[in-house]
Amino acid sequence: MTNISNLQKILKEGKFAVTGECGPPRGANTQIINKKANLLKGYVDAVNVTDNQTAIVRMSSIAASAHLIKAGCEPVMQMVVRDRNRISLQSDILGAWSLGIKNILCLSGDHQTFGSQPDALNVFDIDSMHLLRTVKNMRDEGKDMSGFNLDDPPRMFIGAAANPFADPFEYRVIRLAKKIDAGADFIQTQCIYNMDRFTKWIKLAHEEGLTEKVYILAGVTPLKSSGMAKYMKNKVAGMDVPESVIKRMEGVPKEKGAEEGIKICLETIAKLRETKGVHGIHIMAIEWEEKVAEIVQKAGLTPRPLS
Amino acid sequence: MIVGEQKPITEIIEIIAPYKQLLILGCGTCVKTCFAGGEDEVATLASMIRLAFKKDSKEIKIAEQTVERQCENEFIQEAAQNIAKNDAILSLACGAGVQAIAKRFPKVPVLPGINTTFIGIQEQHGIFTEECQGCGNCGLATFGAICPITRCSKKLLNGPCGGSQNGKCEVNANIECAWQLIIDRLTQLGQLSNLRTYIPPKNWRTSISGGPRKLIREDHII
Ligand code: SF4
Ligand code: SF4
Repeated sequence: MTNISNLQKILKEGKFAVTGECGPPRGANTQIINKKANLLKGYVDAVNVTDNQTAIVRMSSIAASAHLIKAGCEPVMQMVVRDRNRISLQSDILGAWSLGIKNILCLSGDHQTFGSQPDALNVFDIDSMHLLRTVKNMRDEGKDMSGFNLDDPPRMFIGAAANPFADPFEYRVIRLAKKIDAGADFIQTQCIYNMDRFTKWIKLAHEEGLTEKVYILAGVTPLKSSGMAKYMKNKVAGMDVPESVIKRMEGVPKEKGAEEGIKICLETIAKLRETKGVHGIHIMAIEWEEKVAEIVQKAGLTPRPLS
Repeated sequence: MIVGEQKPITEIIEIIAPYKQLLILGCGTCVKTCFAGGEDEVATLASMIRLAFKKDSKEIKIAEQTVERQCENEFIQEAAQNIAKNDAILSLACGAGVQAIAKRFPKVPVLPGINTTFIGIQEQHGIFTEECQGCGNCGLATFGAICPITRCSKKLLNGPCGGSQNGKCEVNANIECAWQLIIDRLTQLGQLSNLRTYIPPKNWRTSISGGPRKLIREDHII
C-alpha cells in the first residue's frame, strides 16, 4: 500500500482535481454505497464521505469509506467534532488509516438542532482547527495528542473546509491561513453560486500567498429546480444563492429545471478553471450522483488521470 | 447571577402531590432578580397552589418564607424552624440552593420549584442572556471579553464556523454569532491579531468534565 492518495498525487502533479460526494445510507445497506461508487468511479479522483451530515444518523463515514475502497473508489473521509471527543476522534483516525483511508476532511459539523435528533448532547471538545493539527502531528511527528509515539502512525492527506460566503468576510482569509498553519493540505469550499464573492475571496487568498500553500477545490452543486435554489438560499446554513440564479432557474419551465441547473454548474466550472488559485473542483451532487459523469464529461475533465 | 425560571404549575402540583404541609422557600438574591424565586414569586405561587388544590377539593397547608440566600448557611438557619414544621420544602432557589437545604436537613424532602438555566445577566428588563459556563479557566482576555465557550453554539476557539451569516448564528436567527461579536470588538480594540494565532485545545479538567469541583480556601477556613 502506498501512503500517497490519488488525490494528493494528482494535485501534486499540478493537475486539475475533481472530487465527488457520497452520503452514506440511513441504514446498513451497502448496496447504496456500491451504486453511488459505480456512478462516480472513473469520473472523480476521490469521493467525500459525509459524517452524519446535517446531524442525521447515517452509517459512519469510516465504515462507508471502507466500503467505497472495496468498490474501487478513493474516499475522503469527513470527520466532524460535534459527536466525538478527542479520545474517540483520534482512535477513529487510527482505525480509518488501518482500513486504508488516506484522505480526511476535518470539520466542525452542522449543529445537532438541524438534525433528526435535536435532543442530543453535542461534544465540541476540540474544534476543527485542533483536529487538523492533531492529524498533522500524527503524520509529521508520529504522535497522538498526548505526545505518545504511535506504532505505525496514520499519514493522511489533510483537508479542511472554507466558506467564502460566511461572515465576517474579512476574517475568512485569516481563518484560511490559520487552517493551513494548523495542517490543511487541501481545502474544499462551500458550493459556489455567487461567483463575484468567491472571486474576491480567492483573490485575497492569492494576495496573501495562501493559494501557493494549499490546494483549493472549489465546491459546486448542480441545482435541480428553482425550489431547490430557494431552499438552499433560505434553509441551508452558510449558503449564498444570489437572486439572479434563482430568477434564472424560475425562468425555465419546470421540466427544464434540471437541465438549466447543470448548465449553470458547467458555466461555474468553466469560470473556476480560469480562476487563479483554484486547483480543482468538488462536485456535491446531493442524491443526484447519476449526473456527475455527465457534468465531468461536459466540462471536458475526462478521462481522469489515475483511473 | 444565576438565572432561573419557575417550573410550570402543573409540574409543581405533581411533585408536591404527596405532601400535606409545604414550605415554599424563596431566595432573595439571584432568582429574585430574575423574577423566579423572590418573596413576590413565593406569594404568587402559594396562592396558585392553594387555588388549584381547592378546585380539586384537596387539602394542603402552605407556609411561605424567603431568605436572603439559600446557598449560605447563616441564611439557611433562619429558615430552620419553619423547615422543621413542614413535611416538604419547595425551594425556589437555584439548584445549588435546593441542594444546600437538602444537605442540612437530611430528613426533609426538598423539591425544586424552578429550572436553573444559566449564569447570565439581565440584558434588558425581562431579557436574560447566558454569559459564562464556569469553565474554571477564564480565557476572556484573548476573546475581547466575549466568551466563545458559552456564546458560540459550537464552543469554537479558533474563529467562526461556516454557518455565521449577517451576524447571526447558524442555529437560529435569534442568536447572535459570538464570533462576529468577538471579531467586531477586537477590531475596535485594535487587537484582531489575537485571532491570528492558534489557540490550543481547551483543558476541560477545570470544568465539570473533571468531575464535581470543590474550591478550598485555606486562608478562610475556621
Ligand atoms: S472562559 Fe470560562 S470562565 Fe471565562 S466566561 Fe467563558 S466559561 Fe466563563
Ligand atoms: S455561527 Fe457563530 S456562534 Fe454559531 S456556531 Fe458558528 S461560529 Fe459559533
